[in-house]
Amino acid sequence: MKLAYYPGCSSEGSAIEYDLSTKKTALLLETELEELEDWNCCGATSAHNTNKLLSLALPARNLAIAEQNGMDLILAPCAACYNRLHSTELIARKDEAVRERIKEVIDMDFSAHTSTVSVLEWLDSKVGVDKIKARVKNPLQGMKAACYYGCLLVRPVEHTGFDDPEDPQSMDRIVRALGAETVEWPFKVECCGAALATSRPDIGAKMVHSIISNARDAGAECLVTACPLCMLNLDMRQAGAEKAAGEKLNMPVYYVTELVALAGGASPDEVGIGKHFVEAKGYLGSLPARAAAMAAAAPKKAPKAAKAENEDEAAVGNEDAEALRKKIDAMIKAFNKGPDKMAARLIEDGERAAILADIITGDEKKIARLAELMITDKDKAGKAAEAFVTGELKRREKAGL
Amino acid sequence: MGVATKILPPQGKDRALLARIEKEAGTSINLCYQCGKCSAGCPVGFAMDYTPRQVIRLLQLNLIDEALNAESIWICASCDTCSARCPRGVDIASLMDALRREALSQGKIKDKKVAEFNKAFLNGVRNFGRTFEAGLLLQHNLKTMQPFKDAGLGLPMMSRGKIRLLPVKIKGREQVKKIFARAEKMRGEEE
Repeated sequence: MKLAYYPGCSSEGSAIEYDLSTKKTALLLETELEELEDWNCCGATSAHNTNKLLSLALPARNLAIAEQNGMDLILAPCAACYNRLHSTELIARKDEAVRERIKEVIDMDFSAHTSTVSVLEWLDSKVGVDKIKARVKNPLQGMKAACYYGCLLVRPVEHTGFDDPEDPQSMDRIVRALGAETVEWPFKVECCGAALATSRPDIGAKMVHSIISNARDAGAECLVTACPLCMLNLDMRQAGAEKAAGEKLNMPVYYVTELVALAGGASPDEVGIGKHFVEAKGYLGSLPARAAAMAAAAPKKAPKAAKAENEDEAAVGNEDAEALRKKIDAMIKAFNKGPDKMAARLIEDGERAAILADIITGDEKKIARLAELMITDKDKAGKAAEAFVTGELKRREKAGL
Repeated sequence: MGVATKILPPQGKDRALLARIEKEAGTSINLCYQCGKCSAGCPVGFAMDYTPRQVIRLLQLNLIDEALNAESIWICASCDTCSARCPRGVDIASLMDALRREALSQGKIKDKKVAEFNKAFLNGVRNFGRTFEAGLLLQHNLKTMQPFKDAGLGLPMMSRGKIRLLPVKIKGREQVKKIFARAEKMRGEEE
């Protein structure tokens, strides 16, 4: 596959690692990127805030250059560039009068027949998750990621349209193909504040904080993005958001292309992980240990669920497994919230129930085991609970308590 | 706003102005039935003086000056959540955009910081063909009289190789300058 490459201005500065990792990812997935000759800035939000015609003409010059060079498909990794370029294509294609005015402004031939794609569209629709999966050398097992899409990859709906505007899934599919786990969370298309973080930091800091804390509350340990401005706000301005909110977040943020390149065998330094503001190498280094801990703590999957997990195609089985996992998770939460209540459900005898509550409090392994049994086989859960208590009583006896 | 408000369809000059704003935005304010979904989901609604729903209401009530003077139109982050969710298909984000442009051309700028940021941004593009991040931040800080804002980020940016001290200049920058000039001239002719 060959794509015209529109790096965007941030690729030469604040988003240098996005450029590095996009190129690495392209190499890994056999996509040839040819940089658009003498490209100019797309004008971003500042142009459409100021002058509509200018906001169409600046992207159009780039599109016209692609047309001159016979390139139909353009990759714009920056979400804002993608949005401006793609919107211009669609508006100019639909409205001949506008196209003529644009041609007059840029003084070039311009037919608006090109198609600009985002990184997500390229990876998910053009390359495909199966191919990405086949290239994984270092799976990101142990990673719990919140995929953050922000605004410009999914909106305006009529201009983007490749993914769901409220609950997009393409990045989740890509990140899962790399071996990581993705969390469900409500703020995946919330706005990071964009330029407000610079022009109105009082507002921007609150927006950044609400996104990161929402991801954390959903169980995520890192964020993944496909937009340089989202990265800038979530990563570089995270310290400012922490200060404004009076709370430490320490949430590493990755470009989706960094993760693809890493899973494909690149080293963290090759893709610029060391250039992040929130320390991001440590979390990557901790993944093997996290994966091992998760495997040890996770309850043994019910045979049906375990089987379905091996077969991605078994969609129905997968849904079952997913539903089961959710139920177990909910049960674990219930145990953590009210250990005495749950203990009383398992053991009738008040004294023994109290002992059970005591020993499971804070013991993730025991809670996970009981939660799983509560869902899959209640009788067994009761027996296991009795066994825990009996064991504890024996231990206490030995210790002479 | 006085105690009594005239609720009449806009007349004469106001009507032409509203029509121009609607045409620029490619949307119609009369479609809005004030359900408030736009404002419930607005991520910057908490910082606005008028919520997006209220801005539209101002326009519906022919209080165009109030809308143009609202801080809200400068706080809007152009995230497009409102337009994506509007059950009546009102393109609120585009309307905010059109209001900003109208306010700019009338010199009514409630939030100078945002307007100055846009100006600094576009100046860089006009001169070099690309954004010059370091120059942009510096110009923005000087123009808004906050020279040390984000100063703590400058060194870390540099040590990470994330900031260029000199702008990248494209070959076609004369062409870009002409694009700016023509776009400004043609916009002026329209009004």
